[in-house]
Amino acid sequence: MNFYNEMYDANGGVREHYKGYENWLRETPPERIERKRAEADLAFHRVGITFAVYGEEAGKERLIPFDIIPRIIPAQEWKALERGMRQRVRALNMFLWDIYHDQEILKAGKIPAEQVLNNAQYRAVMQGVDVPAGIYAHIAGVDVVRAGAGEFYVLEDNLRVPSGVSYMLEDRKMMMRLFPELFARHKVAPVQHYPDMLLEKLRAVAPQGIADPTVVVLTPGAYNSAYFEHSFLAQQMGVELVEGRDLFVKNDTVYMRTTQGPQRVDVIYRRIDDDFMDPLAFRADSALGVPGILKAYQAGNVTLSNAIGTGVADDKSIYPYVPEMIRFYLGEEPRLNNVPTYMCRKKDDLAYVLDHLAELVVKEVHGAGGYGMLVGPASTKEQIEKFRQLLLAKPDGYIAQPTLALSNCPTFVEEGIAPRHLDLRPFVLSSGKCVNMVPGGLTRVALTKGSLVVNSSQGGGTKDTWVLEDESC
Amino acid sequence: MLSRTADHLFWMSRYIERAENLARLLDVTWQMSLVPQSEEAANQSWAGIIALNSLEETYAAKYSTVNGENVLRFMVSDPDNFSSIHSCLRLARENAHAVRGTLTTEMWETMNSTWLEAREKSFEQIVNAGIGDYCEWVKMRSSLSRGTTLGTLLQDEAFHFIRLGTLLERADNTARILDVKYHVLRPHGEEEEATDFYQWGALLRSVSGFEVYRKVYRDVITPERVAELLILNSDMPRSLRFCLSGVVKNLELVANSHSGETTRQAGQLYSQLRYGRIDDLLEGGLHEWLTDFMDRIYLIGDGISKDFLVPMAEAA
Repeated sequence: MNFYNEMYDANGGVREHYKGYENWLRETPPERIERKRAEADLAFHRVGITFAVYGEEAGKERLIPFDIIPRIIPAQEWKALERGMRQRVRALNMFLWDIYHDQEILKAGKIPAEQVLNNAQYRAVMQGVDVPAGIYAHIAGVDVVRAGAGEFYVLEDNLRVPSGVSYMLEDRKMMMRLFPELFARHKVAPVQHYPDMLLEKLRAVAPQGIADPTVVVLTPGAYNSAYFEHSFLAQQMGVELVEGRDLFVKNDTVYMRTTQGPQRVDVIYRRIDDDFMDPLAFRADSALGVPGILKAYQAGNVTLSNAIGTGVADDKSIYPYVPEMIRFYLGEEPRLNNVPTYMCRKKDDLAYVLDHLAELVVKEVHGAGGYGMLVGPASTKEQIEKFRQLLLAKPDGYIAQPTLALSNCPTFVEEGIAPRHLDLRPFVLSSGKCVNMVPGGLTRVALTKGSLVVNSSQGGGTKDTWVLEDESC
Repeated sequence: MLSRTADHLFWMSRYIERAENLARLLDVTWQMSLVPQSEEAANQSWAGIIALNSLEETYAAKYSTVNGENVLRFMVSDPDNFSSIHSCLRLARENAHAVRGTLTTEMWETMNSTWLEAREKSFEQIVNAGIGDYCEWVKMRSSLSRGTTLGTLLQDEAFHFIRLGTLLERADNTARILDVKYHVLRPHGEEEEATDFYQWGALLRSVSGFEVYRKVYRDVITPERVAELLILNSDMPRSLRFCLSGVVKNLELVANSHSGETTRQAGQLYSQLRYGRIDDLLEGGLHEWLTDFMDRIYLIGDGISKDFLVPMAEAA
């Protein structure tokens, strides 16, 4: 397979937008770089930028490896990517409004109705609920990869509780602290205003008639894998970080328990899945949620961000229809590519997938985090056979896609600098007509040689992502 | 401020203060054990530490005999003992972790690295390097926490709850040390023995009061004056009066609609210290007085909990 290298072209020449960095890398003594890498490690530990790994010893925290070679995106390329992202997220929000109201797209036969209405992520309780400004996914994390000759593909649209933005911000902070001279040499578009932008969006979708809304971040608690990010965002926005037990509902209004008595809450940036939000409406055994919050939400007395029920739009079984949504709602052609997807619930697709397991990537329809997937070319015969049985037992639980030749980028690894595969998760913020992004996003890199799985739970690392402001390259 | 946040802040500062006081006590007891004395007398002072923290049962479940090494192991690094320095530093860090967004970066990094360093120290390493060094380290880490708090944190509610935790814990600890040591040193008001000077000196040093005593009294050490200094002095940072004065002040700053009774109790206790005389206190028996004091400190802590930290569910 041929891989697109972010830094070098096919002839081994340095790409225009990497020239400055490559020069610096050659000039800088290896000892200095080694020292800086150790410094970064120490700093991340002391600051406690860690995440918990499920299945490992309780309370154990790990660092996400940080690589000091940035992923650089030229201005023109970013512009095109940004336009594509905005288009996509706009269509996805319109789709969500539609299926929870008149369901025009189903009536028009563009998507099979049962795919939506029987989807485990479709929330009937949201039918007819008018969310502020018609926006469901205020925060989207759209995963894109570059394949083949360098064209971008959208891998998935994360519309529930996408995480990783704190690493984007901390990686930048770390890079600036370690190598300030690099930022003097390059015009790197800033990302540090993300928390302000987020707060502005959250305030903009407050229930009607609230002039000065109280915004909070709702976390499952200190043992959640993304707790660092929850507390980081709350602190950066200057709002309270609450747990379910800090909130209660009275007269369909949400309050938090404070030292001065109950205080009304208007907007909740929740980092808890739908299922756990309200034990009275969803999973009764949830101790993380707030009893009665769904009713308060339906009554329009509180805004949840993201809305309940967004999962139906980022589900892997709905993913193949996103280009159709863009045409249907916006009357435009999609600017970003979708990965061709085989839906195993379809007989023909299933037959093809079973015949080509060794070449394909098979994913659980409701899976996430790199768990429960098969990367055909990287798997043993036993693993493939195991998946064959899984597929046969429950075909509608899976989709399959061709194994993309993910682009790679030089990365520090044990044996020195070597190419490793990466993806990109830009964050897209929506409120009303405005869709905004900070330039760049989180670049994740698979540190194992040849691996195409970049998830941090699977040993992936991160890189600082630079969007260059210089239009010449 | 969220009640839960206030709760974590309050306990974070209590645990770090508790670790410090424990380090002070162990340090002094260790030093005193080096003074020539009978083995029985030495073990008695180690037993005193267990009694001071009301840990007799937990201790007996793990160790059959009371001696310096066992008690140190139990109080310094035993993870099963929730009152050990190890546990206190862990709990302080856990509480800080739960509200790290409320703390300043400096405060959080101090708390976190204290715990990361503590975790790396085994009991054997601590003993080899010297108990004194370790206690000094704990005291410095606690000072650093307090210093970053004073030097970086906005003096809003968060600050007041942190101060409440520190001062309540310290008042309780000073009272406990005084109670146990006073009792050991003057069981029946007998004639003082030769070692007493060292004993009283050690007690003072455990609350950083030795130099202070010299400065305030410029005279020989007497038990009455030690008690007076640690209970009634208005300027000595570890005296009961100093602590209570701070408790009252901070309680008034965070007052809400149902905290009146707790504030009254604290104010009343403070008045006793503010206007009391040592002779009157000693007349009814110092032990009795201190026992009553500790009960009332406990009630004030309980009141703070109920009024601010874990309020009734739907008190809307």
